[in-house]
Amino acid sequence: MPVILATDLIVYFIVAAIIYFALAARGEGTIATAWRELKKNRLALACMIILGLYLGVAVLDSIRYRDPVVGENGQVVKTTEGKTIWSPQALSLLERSLSGMMTNTEKTYSAPFADRLFAKEAIELPDGTTVREYPKIKHPGSHWLGTDKVGSDVLFTALKGVRTAIVIGAGTTLIIVPFAIFFGVVAGYFGGFIDDLVQYIYTTLASIPGVLLIVAFMLLFGTTGFQGGLITEAQIDFGVFIFNDRLFWLALILGITSWTDLCRLIRGETLKLRELEYVQASKAFGVGSLGIIYRHIVPNLMHLVLITFVLQFSGLVLAEAILSYIGIGVGPQMGSWGNMINTARLELSRDPIVWWNLLAAFLFMFGLVLPANIFGDAVRDALDPRLRYR
Amino acid sequence: MLTYIIRRLLYAIPIIIGVNILTAVLFFYVNTPEDMARKILGEKNVTPAAIENWKQDHGYNLPTFVNTKEEGVQKVTQTIFFQKSVPLLWLDFGRSDRNNIDISREIRTRMWASLAISLPMFMAGILINLFLAMMLAYYRATYIDLWGLVLAVALMSVSTLFYIIGGQFILGKLLKLFPISGYDTGLDALKFLILPVVIGIAASIGSGVRFYRTVFLEEINKDYIRTARAKGLTEGKVLFKHAMKNAMIPVLTNVVVSIPFLFYGSLILETFFAIPGLGNFTIDAIQSQDFAIVRSMVYLGSILYIAGLILTDISYTLVDPRVRFE
Repeated sequence: MPVILATDLIVYFIVAAIIYFALAARGEGTIATAWRELKKNRLALACMIILGLYLGVAVLDSIRYRDPVVGENGQVVKTTEGKTIWSPQALSLLERSLSGMMTNTEKTYSAPFADRLFAKEAIELPDGTTVREYPKIKHPGSHWLGTDKVGSDVLFTALKGVRTAIVIGAGTTLIIVPFAIFFGVVAGYFGGFIDDLVQYIYTTLASIPGVLLIVAFMLLFGTTGFQGGLITEAQIDFGVFIFNDRLFWLALILGITSWTDLCRLIRGETLKLRELEYVQASKAFGVGSLGIIYRHIVPNLMHLVLITFVLQFSGLVLAEAILSYIGIGVGPQMGSWGNMINTARLELSRDPIVWWNLLAAFLFMFGLVLPANIFGDAVRDALDPRLRYR
Repeated sequence: MLTYIIRRLLYAIPIIIGVNILTAVLFFYVNTPEDMARKILGEKNVTPAAIENWKQDHGYNLPTFVNTKEEGVQKVTQTIFFQKSVPLLWLDFGRSDRNNIDISREIRTRMWASLAISLPMFMAGILINLFLAMMLAYYRATYIDLWGLVLAVALMSVSTLFYIIGGQFILGKLLKLFPISGYDTGLDALKFLILPVVIGIAASIGSGVRFYRTVFLEEINKDYIRTARAKGLTEGKVLFKHAMKNAMIPVLTNVVVSIPFLFYGSLILETFFAIPGLGNFTIDAIQSQDFAIVRSMVYLGSILYIAGLILTDISYTLVDPRVRFE
């Protein structure tokens, strides 16, 4: 039985958006020209491959389904009405393919590749005496990045954080693009009172510091929503869909605080496009406003959308970690690098120190944000050299 | 000039009112006083009478926007919006929900601690970033520039949290150069301030150097620089005298807007280093869900941002004669 979270839909949309831009790159036009430019930049292509790997993990972690509950004799358990009972755990393809990592847990901390646990325990020797010794771990060699306090595999936790980062980094921009285009185009194209109103709205929103606005929103929404972990039947709408997904709200709220930049850019570009000859010509031929916007204005704004998309990505990923640290990010059961850093902070003051949790979060974040920064710059330079010095 | 400043201030008024209404809608309408009372008194085992009592004590026992029970002007004034949100316009922040402390007084005392770390961080940060950026621009198109840029991008790809945790661990715990966190009054504060300031600057170097470098490079490619070189001026003089002056204009936009924010301090740095500034105050309020404080801080943040924008516009007219007051 499939289960689709609101954020899973976002991941699918991200894939769809990438396919859209990939198709655009094959044809003719601004994006195709930019792609030819970008192909010459080998560093950017390498970064693109790394980003693709991260996205692949996120996609695998976004296709999930529930298994039927199986009885002792291997028979599917059914209710008296003959309905199948589904497990409350919706495992994703990632969790299924790495099920070894998920289930091979230890008792507590263990260093990467260690064969013994991190804490001493009383062990009974074969001759009957007990000694305090570091016990052997159950699955030596399988924990490449060690295990955390409750003995879960750190590499697995970090991999689970990939989806959260991708949803926040790319999904946030994706959610707000339709609104930013709508308001920006309407303001730029029609001008006058509508323009004043839209400008007033985004100036007001922009003057509230982003972090504080997010904090206010998240405080007000409280701790409701699906935060990973087990699913109750009450959370599922239409049999398969979970709309009340806390990560989705977080992305939406981050979007509300970050759409103003894109909207301002689009408004400015629309003002320019409106005066161009071919727009004036189609106006003279009697094409309606909607027709002009749809055919001549919006397609020529797509490069701005793409630039914003790649440039906002790394900032949003970093912001998620900070929000999770303040305690208003995703819930503790949702894999997140911010949560990992938050717990790792106290582990550094242990003696001897537990460093691998922090290292894992650092490696995964750095491995995503650095290529995103390099790729973002390359895309911007290829698409719009004029914007380079902004 | 004066008329320009006055007009610029008048433009800010509708935005400030808009922010005020927005925060009121968020904090009183989306999140009703009942919700607030329940959160503060504890989610469970709270009687309706206790909630009413709490609302009575804290002045939330009024309608949100329109009081239909009253007559005339009182229809508007006897509401939560008018009693709690409108006074923010003249910076009367009222009292906190949880411990009934005077928020305005708290802000006045705490802002100095915030300023104590954000001001040196700001000044030294700009100087260091500008200097490094100028070095990169001077050695442009060499390996120094290339690797400097790579390093800058790598530095800005590291989360601030890692700078803080790593800095506290290496400089504070391993090398024992500075106390890990804490604060003191007067000159004794100095030893507590060095570490957060150093870490704050380190965290800003990546993006700062990269930004200023592009600014310098853009200036360097302009015609007047070619003229200066053709005159036979040395590269250093061209860069530091001619390019520097003009590069200051985009630098100003980036810098001036954050000056009022220095009073606000930094949310993350202050909590990590236990500095009793406004950022710390805000995080505490968030974690204890004191909405009166959070509302005041959101509002204060917006005011400071708007002030920063106005300062930016004014500084533009001062440094760039091409910008006209009209």
